[in-house]
Amino acid sequence: MTSAPWLSLTIWIPIAFGVAVLAFNDRHAATVRRIALIGAVLGLAVSLPLYTGFNTQTSAMQFVELAPWIPRFSINYNLGVDGISVLFILLNSFITVLVVIAGWASITKRVAQYMAAFLIMSGLLNGVFAALDAMLFYVFFEATLIPMFIIIGVWGGPNRVYAALKFFLYTLLGSLLMLVSFLYLYDKSGGSFSIQDWWRLPLPLGVQILLFFGFLLGFAVKVPMWPVHTWLPDAHVEAPTGGSVILAAIMLKMGGYGFLRFSLPMFPVASHLLGPLVFWMSAIAIVYTSLVALVQEDMKKLIAYSSVAHMGFVTMGLFSLDAQGVQGAVFQMVSHGLVSGALFLCVGVVYDRMHTREISAYGGLARRMPLYAFALMLFTMANVGLPGTSGFVGEFLTLIGAFAASTWVALGATTGVILSAAYALWLYRRVAFGALDKPSLAAIADLEPREVLVLAPLALLVVYYGVHPQPILDASQASVDALLRGVGAALASAAKAAAYAQL
Amino acid sequence: MQQLYLLVPLAPLAGALIAGLGGRAIGRAGAHWAAILGVTVSFLASVAIFFDVMHGNVFNGSVYTWLTSGATRFEIGFLIDRLTVLMMVVVTFVSLMVHIYTIGYMADDPGYQRFFAYIALFTFSMLMLVMANNFLQLFFGWEAVGLVSYLLIGFWYTRPTAIFANLKAFLVNRVGDFGFLIGIGLVLAHFGTLDYATVFAQAPAMVRTSIEILPGTPWLLISVICICLFIGAMGKSAQFPLHVWLPDSMEGPTPISALIHAATMVTAGIFMVSRMSPLFELSDAALSFVLVIGGITAFFMALIAVVQYDIKRVIAYSTLSQLGYMTVALGASAYSVGMFHLMTHAFFKAVLFLGAGSVIIAMHHEQDMRKMGGLRKYMPITYLTMLIGALANAGLPPFAGFFSKDSILEAVHLSHTPGAGFAYLMVLAGVFVGGLYSFRLIFYTFHGEERFRTHDAGHAADAGHGHDAHDKHGHDAGHGHAPPHETPAVVTVPLILLAIPSIAAGWTIGTVLYGGYFGPAIYISPEHEGLAEMAREYHGVINMMLHGLTSLPFWLALGGAATAFYLYILNPALPGVLRQKFSFVVNILMEKYGCDRFNQWFFAGGARAIGGGLWKFGDVAIIDGIMVNGTARVVGWIGGLVRLFQSGYIYQYAFTMIIGVFVLLTLWLGHA
Repeated sequence: MTSAPWLSLTIWIPIAFGVAVLAFNDRHAATVRRIALIGAVLGLAVSLPLYTGFNTQTSAMQFVELAPWIPRFSINYNLGVDGISVLFILLNSFITVLVVIAGWASITKRVAQYMAAFLIMSGLLNGVFAALDAMLFYVFFEATLIPMFIIIGVWGGPNRVYAALKFFLYTLLGSLLMLVSFLYLYDKSGGSFSIQDWWRLPLPLGVQILLFFGFLLGFAVKVPMWPVHTWLPDAHVEAPTGGSVILAAIMLKMGGYGFLRFSLPMFPVASHLLGPLVFWMSAIAIVYTSLVALVQEDMKKLIAYSSVAHMGFVTMGLFSLDAQGVQGAVFQMVSHGLVSGALFLCVGVVYDRMHTREISAYGGLARRMPLYAFALMLFTMANVGLPGTSGFVGEFLTLIGAFAASTWVALGATTGVILSAAYALWLYRRVAFGALDKPSLAAIADLEPREVLVLAPLALLVVYYGVHPQPILDASQASVDALLRGVGAALASAAKAAAYAQL
Repeated sequence: MQQLYLLVPLAPLAGALIAGLGGRAIGRAGAHWAAILGVTVSFLASVAIFFDVMHGNVFNGSVYTWLTSGATRFEIGFLIDRLTVLMMVVVTFVSLMVHIYTIGYMADDPGYQRFFAYIALFTFSMLMLVMANNFLQLFFGWEAVGLVSYLLIGFWYTRPTAIFANLKAFLVNRVGDFGFLIGIGLVLAHFGTLDYATVFAQAPAMVRTSIEILPGTPWLLISVICICLFIGAMGKSAQFPLHVWLPDSMEGPTPISALIHAATMVTAGIFMVSRMSPLFELSDAALSFVLVIGGITAFFMALIAVVQYDIKRVIAYSTLSQLGYMTVALGASAYSVGMFHLMTHAFFKAVLFLGAGSVIIAMHHEQDMRKMGGLRKYMPITYLTMLIGALANAGLPPFAGFFSKDSILEAVHLSHTPGAGFAYLMVLAGVFVGGLYSFRLIFYTFHGEERFRTHDAGHAADAGHGHDAHDKHGHDAGHGHAPPHETPAVVTVPLILLAIPSIAAGWTIGTVLYGGYFGPAIYISPEHEGLAEMAREYHGVINMMLHGLTSLPFWLALGGAATAFYLYILNPALPGVLRQKFSFVVNILMEKYGCDRFNQWFFAGGARAIGGGLWKFGDVAIIDGIMVNGTARVVGWIGGLVRLFQSGYIYQYAFTMIIGVFVLLTLWLGHA
């Protein structure tokens, strides 16, 4: 199976199709849509061998590709996946197909550019998760900003320019220090940009702490962690449905993935020392943004704040440095990708009909849209973290990890259980329950087959992974174990060194 | 046997899926047959398992590994012992009765199929809860019944009161879940497993372990765990102060009130604490907490029932009070007594609710008792069965409630756990109130003047009350014109079938309490053992009844009933006068001690105010206003400043250069 360069294909097939559709203008919109769909489906198809051929028993990188890129600085085109990154590539390739279908009818202007932006975006994101060379990672990491900037800036709402700029500058600034840290690590490692080489680099504690902060800002903005989260609600509100879906489902995961790939394995002692800081920021994020979500009047803003809260569970789980916590964080990222993506698609469904995101413009949709009400209920409950949905698994495991690390943080995060129910069900109540007495809604139609086609796979996966979460955990187990073994060994030797120093 | 265990929960699940997803292909009849068949299979299998367990075949094993993470496995498994089978039989039996009853009650409802899907799903969830052999699965079932309860309270989702009530129910239960999850988290963190048997086996060794949640204040681990778990039980079993959701849950259809909000789901907390008896027995602090909470609930909720006019709300508050009794029993370490009351209560409370539903159908969806009266002539079966329910509820012999309630009183009396004295006073006083409200309900509804003929009686005062009115069911055409008549057989047959155990279930006391029925399923530590003394004094059912006639509780209950007789039959004008005279007290009761108002103001209002504050000040003003846009402004300001120097005019640059040269020359010359 490993004969074909599958990872390169998952990156370049969507990008090639994305470039290809640019050759058409709006008169050939139908053709564009079909080509884009073919590109997305093909992208998903070439990612499937990663799933079928993946060996869950090892933490070593698989499907590795290595070719020199800029030999002068020993920058390589080096790709490979472990049990963590493979999940995100699969998720991304899958969501891309749904996004292309979701934008089928609602996008009528600049269709080719729209589809191109999403396909290129998809390839770049796969690149982020597959890159084993830090420079390659950085290029992909920053390049993803461009399509998203365009998506928000061109197909966005009335305040799109502010949102797009805010999104771009916020995240770009965040990652500048990361670049500086890269250069330092390049120097220290004797001229290597290989991420795996950097894992083996013994760094003194002071340096670890500095670099940890260098990376923290870059990834914290992406996650986003409190208090650098304010770009997200604006970006979500202004972005078109597809943009919100990719943003929530995949782009935010780059932050969590970054912590797993760089911060934890490279600066284990600093991560242990500064873990409480991240821990508290996570707990604050969960409570703070849940409370803020409670008072939102805009559906997308509410879901955006709920995203920040749910990503708080991710960072909390990661820095618990506990097997369940880290696995829970990985699971939570996948689950949040499915659930938040689905919720934004659900908002898109009614937005396409009514062209407003104001919660107060809706009410009583259950009467005329029973299918929609069912889907929204399912995803709302998944968002609340009800057992039996994928939302529960991640929250539960990260909470267990937090309990092992700090009771108080766990207590704070557990209040999220109450608050998430409050904002999510209150949203549901205002949108779907009640009397259908607004004249504007009198003729609103239920889901059409295309929308069912988009939401049904998400619904199935949300329930499937809630009942049977093992596949995702199996995939990540070996890699997470290896990661934590490395962290544990580093902590042990640091403790030993400290003990010697005291003698 | 394992296949049979699986069949018990899976049959209703299959029924739910068929009823819910079948749509037009199966139609209304298809939906109810699918659901009823599923529950019937489940009931029969439960009975078979019951006899099997009585022969000593206890089962504890897992059937499915839900997930493995790190070194911990989380499994779905069954623990089938005597405690479990009792719950299985009660749940499936009441559920089956309610399924049949629903055919009549929901006949005209457009959501008929959805309803059957929900109640079958509920049966599945409840069974998963009681059959669990580990904390996690318990939590699964716990949340699943909460979800179904949420869906069913809001079944008539166009009614504002219903969707307010279901949100409230879910949120209050989530507050309980908060405690429950922390309890589970602590169990896992300190025991390393969520398997009941392992945790119970290790618990005695942990009895002196303490944790410091606040630095410097060590708390006993077991006490913290038990209190956290009990907070979960307080949510589900509606104990003060988390009781507020249960009365509002009456917005759901009446069959649901009977099944979920009286007979089964709300008893989940009681069941859970009984299941956890090996943990609770290790903590006097937790038991005292349980006693006090139960005592408060038992008495103060009963008082509210006395002033209610809505027939379903009277029964709802009575349920709260009865749940308080069960909780008190748990606190007194008389778990088996609590379970016994749970069983008898499931039957007689289901009768009361389904009877109330029958009355509501006959009254064309009128729930205000002031518009009823004299119904016994028109609905004899409903009257008789409800009377049995009321007698049992009041705890009069030979009805089921007598045996269980009397045993609770006895057990609390014998308990030495701190708080038992308070709880005993509460439950004793509650007996009088119980007699009063039970017979107030009977007399108001079935005796006296036929007030439905003069149908504007008390209309104005009733404005705020919920009606169990589903759509288009001749609400206007109804009351006051055609006389009410007895409901059809699908309604009355379940009533009769439930009335039988409402009388006879108490007679099993010899086996259940004193025959060691529960065996090792319930653990009582030797210093809490009060049951043995009760067993010594027990000399058969007849003797217990005879003894009961000479005891205080009996006369209190009878006194309550007599008071109701005087107030509502002999001197029906008096209650109105009393209400006026004691309007202060009545107002407090009508306001439900202000709990709702406080929650609305403090928690709902508070959370929104804080959320709004964090958003406006935290996000918009500080983070965005000062940090983000502020940075942008500073950059812009510096840029603007620097721009002044780059005007592009040659003469300005030349002038600046010349000035610079002068300054430099001056400095240089000055040095030289």
